[in-house]
Amino acid sequence: MRRCEMVSIGAGPAGLAGAIEAARNGVEVVAFDENERPGGQLFKQIHKFFGSSVHQAGVRGFNIGNSLLDEARKLGVEVSLKSVVLGIYENNVMNVMIRDKIEQVKAERILVATGASENMIPFPGWTLPGVIGAGAAQTMANLHGIRPGKRLLMVGSGNVGVVVAYQMLQAGCEVAAVIDAAPKIGGYGVHAAKVARHGVPFLMSHTMKGAHGKEKVEKATIIQVDEKWKPIPGTEKSFDVDTICIAVGLNPMNKLVRMSGCKTVYVPVLGGLIPAHNPNQETSIPGVYVAGDVSGIEEASTAIIEGRIAGLAIANSLDYLDEGPFIEQRNQQFQNMEGLRSGSHGDARSKAKEYLNAVMKG
Amino acid sequence: MRIDEHPILGTFDKGKKVQFTFDGRVMEGFEGEPVAVALRSNGVLVHRYTTRRNEPRGVFCAIGRCTDCIMVVDDVPNVRTCVEPLKEGMVIHTQVGKGPEMSE
Repeated sequence: MRRCEMVSIGAGPAGLAGAIEAARNGVEVVAFDENERPGGQLFKQIHKFFGSSVHQAGVRGFNIGNSLLDEARKLGVEVSLKSVVLGIYENNVMNVMIRDKIEQVKAERILVATGASENMIPFPGWTLPGVIGAGAAQTMANLHGIRPGKRLLMVGSGNVGVVVAYQMLQAGCEVAAVIDAAPKIGGYGVHAAKVARHGVPFLMSHTMKGAHGKEKVEKATIIQVDEKWKPIPGTEKSFDVDTICIAVGLNPMNKLVRMSGCKTVYVPVLGGLIPAHNPNQETSIPGVYVAGDVSGIEEASTAIIEGRIAGLAIANSLDYLDEGPFIEQRNQQFQNMEGLRSGSHGDARSKAKEYLNAVMKG
Repeated sequence: MRIDEHPILGTFDKGKKVQFTFDGRVMEGFEGEPVAVALRSNGVLVHRYTTRRNEPRGVFCAIGRCTDCIMVVDDVPNVRTCVEPLKEGMVIHTQVGKGPEMSE
């Protein structure tokens, strides 16, 4: 069995940031990631981030990814790719499938940063080739340089919906419309306005009725909904599209961390079942930490800060970082976080995080 | 389907062009890119037909999570083509149901 001081599960923004802060203080860190390339979903984020300079506002996502990777490498973080953590067992023991072999690894501290997966809404025809997640559209266009289709319909007007709709325009696709069952656009106005300036209609209070086509999507039908989100017969509209992108939110990838036996709470505003954690990002299982989307759906910038807090706390708990500097550095991160958890959306997330901490205290 | 010039990303450095076959047809793609991307650039969207209802399926998540895009690659069934890197001479088949039995 291999032993190490800290394992990061996931080498996305949260996992890398945690690994960096811990390694900077002398902790020996291994980051496992199931993908061929590290960075999580950062490398398909080609838009500029929000916030202030401490949040790297104005920097495009993939550049943030590159700087995190550089930093991790310089600090000697071992990034093990194509490595799937299959299970977390008692005493922080994990089974890890590294390429084709299974290895047992025991870590003094585990940072679970497994991220999120996309929500879906089923409708007749939703399994047809051409119905894809908005993340898939981003992956194809921004990572692999291929258009998902010629003309597409975006379902969902949250941040992912409006950002990806704009990215599809940048990729040279036509966007027939952005629809949302909610009466108001959910995403940031800046992104929505960019899409609207291209003449893309936003159809609020509309949902999918069906996708049609023999072997692949040829047409989409939408229908208006009333204030109780019930479809109104006779309000159907059709679009000739070859692609339907679904952007209806994310849910935390919590299956692995739940194997540790940690306490979880259902928190709709954070996207689903969330591991309870304290302000150091530690769960109810001592030595098991969470950061990023798995600890509540937010953004890459908040994931980075949560990762840094967890990394600092881990370094402190392993006696690599004294209490004084730890508190000082952690408070700096809390302060950085405040700026990102402001406004009506931010306040709700902030309250939800306090609630998770209260659950920890019992 | 391929993006020649992207306003933010410029051109995509794709590397070496290679040949592969899809259901017996010779196609071209770039070495190391996901098999699904190479297929899409050749207009292939249907990757398999389901076991019970024989319905067409293709790429859905594109990050190796949903397994909707599985195909038979070099005689191995259930390969997630959205994360499988393309190699020269790969033999790719549409998967029907669970695909062919593998010999030991």
